[in-house]
Formats: sequence, C-alpha cells, structure tokens
Amino acid sequence: MIIVNGAEVPLPEDPRVSLLDFLREHIGLTGSKKGCNQGACGACTVLVDHQRILSCLALAVQYEGREITTIEGLGTADALHPLQQAFIEHDGFQCGYCTPGQICSAIGMVEEVRRGVPSHVTRDIEADAVELTRDELRERMSGNLCRCGAYNGIVEAIAGTFVEQVSE
Amino acid sequence: MTPFVYSRAADLADAIRQGAGEHTRYLGGGTNLVDLMREGIERPSALVDVTGLSADIVELLTGGLLIGSAARNTAVAEHRLIRTRYPMLSRAILAGASAQIRNMATVGGNLLQRTRCVYFYDDEGSRCNKRQPGQGCDAVDGFHRNHAILGTSSHCIATHPSDMCVALAALGAVVHLTGGSGERSIPLTEFHRLPSDRPDLETVLQPGELITAIELPPLPLAARSTYRKVRDRASYAFALVSVAASLELEDGRIRDIRLALGGVAHKPWRAWKAEAMLRDAPAMRAAFEDAAHAELADAKPLQANAFKVELARRTITAVLAELSEPGT
Repeated sequence: MIIVNGAEVPLPEDPRVSLLDFLREHIGLTGSKKGCNQGACGACTVLVDHQRILSCLALAVQYEGREITTIEGLGTADALHPLQQAFIEHDGFQCGYCTPGQICSAIGMVEEVRRGVPSHVTRDIEADAVELTRDELRERMSGNLCRCGAYNGIVEAIAGTFVEQVSE
Repeated sequence: MTPFVYSRAADLADAIRQGAGEHTRYLGGGTNLVDLMREGIERPSALVDVTGLSADIVELLTGGLLIGSAARNTAVAEHRLIRTRYPMLSRAILAGASAQIRNMATVGGNLLQRTRCVYFYDDEGSRCNKRQPGQGCDAVDGFHRNHAILGTSSHCIATHPSDMCVALAALGAVVHLTGGSGERSIPLTEFHRLPSDRPDLETVLQPGELITAIELPPLPLAARSTYRKVRDRASYAFALVSVAASLELEDGRIRDIRLALGGVAHKPWRAWKAEAMLRDAPAMRAAFEDAAHAELADAKPLQANAFKVELARRTITAVLAELSEPGT
C-alpha cells in the first residue's frame, strides 16, 4: 500500500510503473504533470513525507508505505491553498502546465528553508538560519522550468505567501 | 523498459545475497538508473533496492566521518559537521542537480551514476563505445563542447558529471565495499576508471559488489575549503569546469593543499601535479598560475572544447586566490 493524499491505495503489480504514471494513469490524479519524463523539468514534482521529489524518476514500488502529497491534496477548486491563490493574484502562470509542480516544489522548498538547509547561493554555509531572499528563492526553485516564462510572477507568489519581508 | 523483478534488501547480507544474481543491479534513488532503463540503455532483469540500508552519518574515533551509502545527497549537504569541517563537500553537492534530485539521490548512487554524454543517450541515432564497445564514438567529430580534456582516449571523451565526487576526490575519501568475497576499501580517486579502450567499464567494482559507506578522513585544513562550478546556466546544469580546493597557509606559504577538478575527465580529477608544486610554495597568484598550467599541460582538447583548458587554469587560479585571502 501507498498513502496518497491521506488515502491508502494498493501499489501497482508491475514494478516498471513510475510514481508519476501510477498517480496519473492508475488512480486518476492528473494534477501532477508529465513534462520531460527524464528529470529535467520539475513538472512532476510531488511531496513524499513532506520532501519534494520527481515522480517521473521514481518507481512507485519504491515508495511502499510512504505518504505522497500531490496538488490534489493541497487544495481544491473551492478551497484553494494560499499558494494557489497567490499564483492567480501574481500571474504565476500562463499555460499552467508547470504550476502543480511549481506549487508542490515551493512547499517542499519552504520546509527545507525552515530546516536551515543551505543552497548554492548561501554565503555562510555554516549559518543555522537561511534568509529567503529572491536570489535564494530563484536558486532553490531552479529545478522547476516554466516555458511560458512566468518566473517573475512565480517568485512573487511564493515570496508573498511564505516570506514576510523578502530582501532584494 | 524491459521487465525486471524488484525487491528490497532487508539488510546488508540480504543485499549481497540478492545482488549476486545475473543482470542484477542495486537501486538507490533511481535518478540516473531509472532514466537509463526507460531509454533502454540499461536493461537489468532484477533491481535490489538498497535505500533501506545505512544512511547514518557518524563521527569516527579517528575524527573522520562515515557516511552510509543510502544517505541522501541533501542529508549530507545539510549535516552540521560536514558544513563546518568539509564545507567544500556541502557546496559541491548543493551545486549539483536540483533540490528534488538531491532529495532522492543517495551517496552510493551518486558515485555510480554513469559517465555519459548525449551520444550515449542516443541509442538509435549515434555510435557510442560506452553503450556498445567497439562501435565508435560520434562525439569526437560531433558536438563535444562539454566533453573531457584530460585522461581521454580515442574511444570516449565523456565526463563524469558528479559534483560531489570532485569534493570527495579532493578530500581523500575512501569507498567501503562489500561483496560475496568480503569487504574492502579503496580511495575514491582509484574507484573510477579512465576510458582507455573500455569506456563501458567505469569503476573498479566487481559484479555484485555494493558500496556500503564513504569515509572522510580527519582533515583540519578542509575547514578552509570551497567548491566553484562554472556552467552555462546559473543553476541546474552540468559543470563546464569545476574546482574543489582546500588550503592550509602559514606565514604566506602553502603548508598543505587539496585540489580536484570536475567537468574535465571521465572521472573526478585529483590535481596531484598542481598540489605537489604548490606544497610549501608562496601563496601567490603567479604560483597558482604555474601550478594550474602544469596540471593542464597534458590536456588533449578537441576543437569545440579547447576553451576548457584556459577556463580550468583560470578557475583554479581564482579559487586558490580566493582561499588565500585572509578571513576565508
């Protein structure tokens, strides 16, 4: 069994099924998107036990007993997650295809920042706390591509939701 | 993807027993292996998931650290003792891949990701000696801007893409292995192979052998260390050239040094020559330049990657100059 958005679901019998195909094709959760299917675009990002991973490079069977959260588990059309609302307000998308991955990734990213995980642009690698500047935010979200180029809106939506004051 | 049997190793002994099977591969985070299986380039008949084995990072009595091979890349990069004692290792990991991939990828899997290039992936359209020994290499006369300049052969010019391994090479890390005939340990710098006429063989691992841990030796000078990666994009791209370096200075002279390069060879490249020249030399720009020049003297670039020779020299010089400034 695997737990998807709080519900227990049986795993696929064929170990070749990726976590992404399992979510989309086997249990009908088509919010997670298949962009490149080779780990380059981030559109398939989901949370496993609150950590962001790429579901296209994951075999579903590897995640037995783990808790998966997809965009469907974060908000609904009637009750949007605050970050979904912020993406609308800040024009964080155009076509919307990368958006579920962007949002799952941002939620995982904020958890990493709270834990004090440094990034490539963190000046003091020994510091306990990370200040989520826009440079930090862009670097930490670099695994999620947006071919419409809505990056400025994406950064503003994430900053507006999770950062009280973001320094330039 | 060709069919395979999946199983999870209950413990180390179980992993070794299962890993002895024919066409069996160990599975870590899957970020490279699953991708290559989907492309039909890797075709194992069985996968043994070893992510349940040791992921602990423990301090040894020697003062070094032992990192279980199932530790995720993120866990290593964020570990307090690694950030303070071996900052180049944290920086190298954080310069690699994306956050999602670092959350998935294990340390053992990072070592065993394939040395690769676009022609290796192009199963239907290109020749590749790594995919099919003896077939020929289309990179030599093709797009090879990203390819190797050191330790190359006419058979293969692909580079090992790991950032983490460049830092491990500089730090003198030791790879712990267990196989059917017991345990052994080898320096990371001797773990990966140069291509010679068998680019399909990338490491000295024996069939069924498993990486169980990476040991970092106690190395006080590593507290003053860094990693610089030069790439085409600001983030999420392989290195054109990267440098892992550590310096111990005394009265303006270099008492000890560790230096390794990435993006330039079929394996992480420890700069032994430059290190030997700089040990006990004055910590001055001219000395850094001479050493960088000597390290790159044997480079054999091709037309489109010749720029890497100068880029490597300048990056080595810049990183060592930065490390020799007071307060770093």
